[in-house]
Amino acid sequence: MHIPDGYLSPSTCATLYAGATPFWYVSLQKMKRRLNTQAVPLLSVFAAFSFVIMMFNLPLPGGTTGHAVGVAIAAIVLGPWASILAISVALVIQAIFFGDGGITAIGANCFNMAIVGSLVAYAVYRLVAGRTPIESPRRVVAAAIAGYTAINASALLAALEFGIQPMLFHDASGAPLYAPYPLHIAVPAMMIGHLTIAGLAEMVVSAGVVAYLQRAEPALLKTTAPGASINDAPSSTRPLWIAVAVLLILTPLGILAAGAAWGEWVPEDFSTPQARRQIAAVSGNQAPPAQAPAGLQKLAAVWTAPMPRYAPPILKSAQLGYILSAMLGTGLIVLAFLSGAWIFTRAKQ
Amino acid sequence: MSQIHLGKSRSFVGRTIWNLSRGMNFAALAEDSARAGGLLQSVDPRIKVVGTLAVIVAVALTHSLVAIAGAFLVATILAALSRISPFQLARWVWMPVFLFTGCIALPAIFLTPGDPFRAGWPITEQGLRTAGFLLMRSETAVSLSTLLVLTTRWAHILKALRVLRLPVVFVVILGMTYRYLFVMLEIALDMFESRESRTVGVLEGPDKRRLATATVGVLLSKSYHLSTDVHLAMQSRGFRGEVYILDDFEFRRADGAWLFLFFAAATAVVWAGR
Repeated sequence: MHIPDGYLSPSTCATLYAGATPFWYVSLQKMKRRLNTQAVPLLSVFAAFSFVIMMFNLPLPGGTTGHAVGVAIAAIVLGPWASILAISVALVIQAIFFGDGGITAIGANCFNMAIVGSLVAYAVYRLVAGRTPIESPRRVVAAAIAGYTAINASALLAALEFGIQPMLFHDASGAPLYAPYPLHIAVPAMMIGHLTIAGLAEMVVSAGVVAYLQRAEPALLKTTAPGASINDAPSSTRPLWIAVAVLLILTPLGILAAGAAWGEWVPEDFSTPQARRQIAAVSGNQAPPAQAPAGLQKLAAVWTAPMPRYAPPILKSAQLGYILSAMLGTGLIVLAFLSGAWIFTRAKQ
Repeated sequence: MSQIHLGKSRSFVGRTIWNLSRGMNFAALAEDSARAGGLLQSVDPRIKVVGTLAVIVAVALTHSLVAIAGAFLVATILAALSRISPFQLARWVWMPVFLFTGCIALPAIFLTPGDPFRAGWPITEQGLRTAGFLLMRSETAVSLSTLLVLTTRWAHILKALRVLRLPVVFVVILGMTYRYLFVMLEIALDMFESRESRTVGVLEGPDKRRLATATVGVLLSKSYHLSTDVHLAMQSRGFRGEVYILDDFEFRRADGAWLFLFFAAATAVVWAGR
């Protein structure tokens, strides 16, 4: 994702430098106000930390390895503004000293990874983690999603920057002067690698480090968890169960929908005039075949559900039938998960 | 700074150790090279920073492959006159850039619409040109920036960055980051080496991930404590938030000539590609 020199036009680089400058300024001001004398050593050491973890080879599921940027970890531990500065400093050193990322593209790389990455990671983490206690497993999931989303948002931006180059900059013969691939190639080419390997690397390192810090050093997670307590009891699942109950009660709302769902037909629908009209209406006024297709007729007879169309035969009320079906379906799913968890725990012992 | 000699291992711990040691080895090479008495080593760091930046921007601006190739050739000659062998440049710059950008540029030869290079060939002239631009610009820009780093001590590059009106506090953070980078690299290297020396057999995937993330977690924790220690040390020495750096560069007549040469080269590169 580190864009080298020569991939972006000087005007694109200048625009992204200009876009990054206000964020750097605000970050610096916020850090000075918040930490005063502590800002310099804190940012320096964390920038060094970010630099070093970019060199780690992370083992990923499937046997491959990948590199992480560590932007979500920095945003979670330091907050978004300090993270912008720490990752930017790491990227500047990488570009100047190690040639990883171009000097003309420092603005672009900082904008994509340090600025957008930090802000996206922070927003997603806060949104998903909510007000859960520091030790909550939800924070691990939040960190994983934050890392994955942040790195993919950064990659998408880089892909867009690459993709607009051949449209805007080419010589008299039509040869692109910078990144040569248009959007329809640049975006998928960039995103396939990031939605899989790079995203996974960021996800593994973000979730793993937050899980580690929850056990070893929970105080480091306090910056981005205002009001969250340490050593609290696990969060109650009551609100979740209340939400499920509300959804169960609301299931008859499905009856209000007019017409038939496209493709959810039974063989009898093809011989009922009203159902035929509904099929035609949702199929661009194309008349359905006179008879149900032979394959449909044959396969429809293989299995007859005990409660067809969410209406047990013993009940006359459709609303009550929907609620009963929802309760039964939800109960079966919960039972399946509990059984699975029980088997898994037994197998581990 | 001593160099670390390690073969490239296939295990993820070994590969991480190799990556970390490679970074440290490059830093050692840069420090030694910057102290050697070559041509560019004697030039004022401010002139080198501004001049290198001007030529890199010119290489990005120009529409001429010949001009970019000319800048590349000049960079190689300057490297040789500054006691940097082409083998070193090939190892640290040319090969990695060629492999990375080459892989990206190769499909462009076939995918870029345009006139066929030869009748019946799937390669287009425009494709060859765009691949050439991408590869040559990357190689030349990285060669120039590496030349700057290999002929100038990092502390001097940082001081010289003040010429570009970067805030003092940013320059100080860059300097401290560079210093603690090696502390962090050493800590990470020690952690991985100690773990590898205690590992018998093959680690499974989940264990490898736990090991990697726990190492990052420990490093993070150590970073935090280290920053607190550094802060206390700075305060005990009288640091109250104001940052000063010593600007002791001396501008000589020869430096003026170098500044002229750098800007003349940059102008020529842009002019050739009009």
